[in-house]
Amino acid sequence: MHGLINRAIQSFVCATYGRQCWLRATQAAALGFDEFEAMLIYDADLSTRVLEALCAELNRPRSEFLEDLGTYLVSHPNMEDLRRLMRFGGVTYVEFLHSLDDLSDRVRLAVSDLKLPDLELQEHSPAEYRLHCSAGLPGYSSVMTGVLRAMADDYGSLVILSNEGRQSEAAVISITLVESAFAEGRHFDLGARKS
Amino acid sequence: MIKSEDLGKLLNTLCPMFVLVDDAGGVTQVGPTLQKLRPDQCMMGQSFLDIFELVRPRSITTVAQMLTAPDRKLHLRFQDRPQTAFKGLIAPLPGGAGAVVNLSFGISILDAVRDYALTSADFSGTDLAIELLYLVEANSAAMEASRSLNLRLQGAMLAAEEQAYTDTLTGLKNRRAMDHILGHLISMKSTFALMHLDLDFFKSVNDRLGHAAGDYVLRQAAEIMLEETRSDDTVARVGGDEFVLIFKGMTDREKLGGIARRLISRLCQPMKFEGSPCQVSASVGTALSTQFDVPKAVDILHAADLALYAAKRSGRSCHRFYSDLLGAQQSG
Repeated sequence: MHGLINRAIQSFVCATYGRQCWLRATQAAALGFDEFEAMLIYDADLSTRVLEALCAELNRPRSEFLEDLGTYLVSHPNMEDLRRLMRFGGVTYVEFLHSLDDLSDRVRLAVSDLKLPDLELQEHSPAEYRLHCSAGLPGYSSVMTGVLRAMADDYGSLVILSNEGRQSEAAVISITLVESAFAEGRHFDLGARKS
Repeated sequence: MIKSEDLGKLLNTLCPMFVLVDDAGGVTQVGPTLQKLRPDQCMMGQSFLDIFELVRPRSITTVAQMLTAPDRKLHLRFQDRPQTAFKGLIAPLPGGAGAVVNLSFGISILDAVRDYALTSADFSGTDLAIELLYLVEANSAAMEASRSLNLRLQGAMLAAEEQAYTDTLTGLKNRRAMDHILGHLISMKSTFALMHLDLDFFKSVNDRLGHAAGDYVLRQAAEIMLEETRSDDTVARVGGDEFVLIFKGMTDREKLGGIARRLISRLCQPMKFEGSPCQVSASVGTALSTQFDVPKAVDILHAADLALYAAKRSGRSCHRFYSDLLGAQQSG
């Protein structure tokens, strides 16, 4: 499992539940260390163990935990860089949805050894979409549900999301666009640069 | 033939940073993105070279030259500030009716999107500008993650070096290891001899031939010392050109004198570094643990030091025992 994914879990837990919670989970999972390095590759088993320990510690189902992780990734101030990268996907939420088809390729452009499952958006009507998340990374569709929800806020769109189960190996998320310009949304300045 | 305003409409969609110039160099139409860069200054009607300065090719100074230039690639920038740079491609219209100049930001894109608050709507759908901006940000985020890993690894390496027992240049033991071994021998009440060896003229090799030559000499000297000692003796580099050798269980003055002589004579042989001769020599002072009723590391090291300086005072390439020093002092 890529260190960036493990690091994302660590960062989410520390920012949301505190470092003590993270340390307890790493001990319960018997990782033997308490800090994942973003650019190293880890045995997938370690990620599974730490996730199980976290869900037990927080007493929450894994899908809920991962959905919150997805929301954190694109909405927390710590993660502004990632939000910006997602906003490059398009000027509107619908454009953003369509850009998800390229997400795994875009990710590989930036970090060549980070392989995320393919996503495929199917448009059933201008207000109804289904996102197919390919297999390969357990829980990915839960994370994506959180990402889709937070990005809708970011664009100021009102959406209803639901998990539609699996369709030939792929997990399906249905997206109903209630209103594309529901709220102001957050500003995205193409040329903004960190000082 | 397509009319000029239709051509303008077409170009608005395909390349929103175009300039249509007539045969005299007057600007007749401008793409919306380009005009957005100078909102208060209508480009239409002005002379092309009043708005843009031609940076390359330098040979071109007039519009007429520009329109007939064999190389159609231009490097331009705004005459006024901010002097945003552009890459340009010139395509003459048939019949000498002027030309289309299509501009792009090239590498100045990063500054341009910030200076002019451009959005993705300002670029044509096939322009890779947005992808480029995405890549720059994605890469810098990835680089940051790598850099923080590198910094942590570097910190870990420094910490490990601090705890290390090896001199990284020569592979010998370092001062920390020597202290440790000396303490151990004393606590075990072992007898031993301690030699303090100093390379003479080392500084002149370093000054004359550089640090690479100096490092080479140190490594050669280290090898000689290892060859002239037993495997359970200790050879440590304790300073720039200073070494301490500890001979466990050996207090025989003749044997020690013989080792010192061999060390000095081998270290005096000229070494060659990249064709240049490096001549050093060595002075040695020896102290024996048996000379002390209650041996202490600091006293033994000090005694070997005194012997070394006595050796140096006798000229270079000498060996002295601390015990002889005492004798000399007592008799003198």
